[in-house]
Amino acid sequence: MSWILPPGASTFAGDIDFLYYVILVITGIAFVVVEVGLLVFAIKYRARPGRKAQYIQGSIKAEIIWTAVPAVTLVIIGLMSGGVWNHIKGRNSIPPNAIPYEVHVKQFEWNFTYRGPDGQLGTADDFTLRNQLHIPVNRPVELQLIAEDVIHSFFVPAFRVKQDAVPGMDINVWFEATEVGEYEIACAELCGLGHYRMRARVIVHSAEDYQQWLSDRSAAADEE
Amino acid sequence: MATSAVSLEPAAHTEAHELSFLRKYIFSTDHKIIGIQFLLMSFVFLLFGGLMAMMMRWQLGFPDRPLPAGQLLPETMAPGGILLPEFYNSLVTMHGTIMVFFAIMPLLVGVFGNFLIPLKIGAPDMAFPRLNMASFWVAFSAGILMMAGFFVEGGHAAAGWTAYAPLSADPEWTGVSGGQQIWLLSIAILGLASIMGALNYITTVVNLRAPGMTWFRMPLSIWSLFITAILVLLAIPILSGAAIMLFFDQTIGTHFFDWTDGGQVILWQHLFWYFGHPEVYILILPAMGMVSDIIANGSRKPVFGYHSMVFALISIAFLGWVVWGHHMFQSGMNPTLGMTFMISTMIIAVPSAIKVFNWMGTMWRGNIRFHVPMLHAVGFVAMFVIGGLSGIFMASTPVDIYIHDTYFIVAHIHYVLFGGSLFAIFAAVTYWYPKMFGRMMNSTLGKIHFWLTFLFYNLTFFPMHDLGIAGHMRRIYDPSQYEFLQPLAPLNRFITVSALLLFTVQILFAVNFVMSWFNGKKAPENPWDANGLEWTVPSPPPHGNFAKVPTVYRGPYEYSSPLVEDDFLPQTRKLASDVDPAAAGL
Repeated sequence: MSWILPPGASTFAGDIDFLYYVILVITGIAFVVVEVGLLVFAIKYRARPGRKAQYIQGSIKAEIIWTAVPAVTLVIIGLMSGGVWNHIKGRNSIPPNAIPYEVHVKQFEWNFTYRGPDGQLGTADDFTLRNQLHIPVNRPVELQLIAEDVIHSFFVPAFRVKQDAVPGMDINVWFEATEVGEYEIACAELCGLGHYRMRARVIVHSAEDYQQWLSDRSAAADEE
Repeated sequence: MATSAVSLEPAAHTEAHELSFLRKYIFSTDHKIIGIQFLLMSFVFLLFGGLMAMMMRWQLGFPDRPLPAGQLLPETMAPGGILLPEFYNSLVTMHGTIMVFFAIMPLLVGVFGNFLIPLKIGAPDMAFPRLNMASFWVAFSAGILMMAGFFVEGGHAAAGWTAYAPLSADPEWTGVSGGQQIWLLSIAILGLASIMGALNYITTVVNLRAPGMTWFRMPLSIWSLFITAILVLLAIPILSGAAIMLFFDQTIGTHFFDWTDGGQVILWQHLFWYFGHPEVYILILPAMGMVSDIIANGSRKPVFGYHSMVFALISIAFLGWVVWGHHMFQSGMNPTLGMTFMISTMIIAVPSAIKVFNWMGTMWRGNIRFHVPMLHAVGFVAMFVIGGLSGIFMASTPVDIYIHDTYFIVAHIHYVLFGGSLFAIFAAVTYWYPKMFGRMMNSTLGKIHFWLTFLFYNLTFFPMHDLGIAGHMRRIYDPSQYEFLQPLAPLNRFITVSALLLFTVQILFAVNFVMSWFNGKKAPENPWDANGLEWTVPSPPPHGNFAKVPTVYRGPYEYSSPLVEDDFLPQTRKLASDVDPAAAGL
């Protein structure tokens, strides 16, 4: 059993993991205080012959303390979270140099549309791969999620990215991978009987490999 | 007087002639019998819901081994004993639906709202006894209808208990049509029963309190049931409305949630969670209230900070309406709203924290009697804390990006609904059992049941946090499909074995419940040396409850009062210094 997050491989992982551990420490302290307190009280104040409970109705001072301390702590967690949230999901958070992809999502597959050599999406030289997302390392990418039937959710655990794809809504999500390698994409929203196997891969290339892969791929597409 | 809906005169009831068996036990208007009817019905559904969980756990722990006795299931569910993915999705849906709507909610609101409110405020019955009877039978019919969905072509609803459109809206996506429609109808019908009950509870608490039972002399159990009834009355119609809209989308061609024809997919989520978050509090407030009564009784002390407990309940009830968006952080909703809902969610955690500290304060310097209800009540506090704290992870929007829709949330909801509500239900059932049935439950068996449940409960649900932290999605039929989930298979098996043991030890409770009914020691009027009005009447109380209208002189938690020798001081006991409530203008 482990409360340690698995290794992250995107620029989001640092911020999200840091917040997670902050909350883990704070809730861990609260957890120990309450559980140990309950245990100590249960033993120390158990009924014994000749004892009588003390008639205490409450304490305004104690109420103020245990209202204010959680309130301040929680608001601080909220404010810390707010900045990270805006950076990841805010309306204007997508970096201008992000490489755009169109993702057509349907039961039970992910179709990634790449811009071709002209560097534009929505032109004739675009090409589409099923369940395979190739991206360069250390470069933001922007996925335009287009759900064609029901709600799905794009989830890459290693990148700490999750975003629902909703029919009828244009939803863009971005991230920047920091480690070359292969990672799994999962569907995180129940989407029907094949939900459990709606799996895809994301392959993170070095910048040079990515260019190489892209030109090989476009050449192959031309021949088809 | 007999025709008055709000008669305070018990005479109208006590002079009643002998009722036939049918009128006395089946179509009864007695709030105590109706409470017991709800209890038996909910226990049956609790068993069904538990069995569904066991089937799911088997699939997750042992994906390629046939389910034991799985051959009994038809080919459309589990050919050769191996569950089909579509049946698994129905189980996911129905386990949640049954547990939320037909087990926990009726156990808390149906059972204890009915049984406790009149007895604890000194009323002969509910304000509208016949409406009360109707409420039970409507709920019962909804339950039968819900179970019938398993037997229709295409199988039962398979879009989750949250029924997100468009998966739930169009049979094309799940292959389910009749099942989903039955689900929607049953939910709408159950809503009718809940509304009838809520109206009754509110009217009864407002109008039928005995002389001297002022608002701030009401036990926290009654406060919580009263506030819950208000939430039910306001929240359930939203669910019913949404269910009817979805039903129309399915059947008569409306397009409320159909994005291809002017509708909006995400509208369903807003409607569902606008109901759904108050619903979360409907499922926990009565538990908090009853646990407060029991902890004060067990600790032999007044509830610490009674007034702040009441204000905490009221503020939860208000704030509960402005946090629904925290279920939708990753839904594509405007991210700026995510900020708003995060802050409101952080704030609603405060009254819950206040309650936990006040329960601890109640035990502090007490003289704690660990009877079975007290064990479950302290277990409730210990487990609810975990559910509350894990909620903070999800409230933080960036952390939620990672753990949303994983087993972390499954762990969280079970720490609140099982560790919280169900432990409180065990506490309440064992506490009021003597009053309900006139018999004591076996205490040794009760203690063994508590400790084994507490152990296996934690072995089942605590490791689910770890699954979630590793990224394990919820509602998936076969985790071995993903490479990153394959190392978790041993943990999944461990959880499954724990869950099977947790389910098995509930037999102890069932045996204790049934055997004590027939063979338990006869219960005295006041077996727990408690202060409430219900403990001043025979066990079980007669039809009409009180031989004469009780008079209340003080609050419900005067334990170990310096005024008397005993360590309890019933609300009705008149001391020399007490003035008549009428004279005091109460």
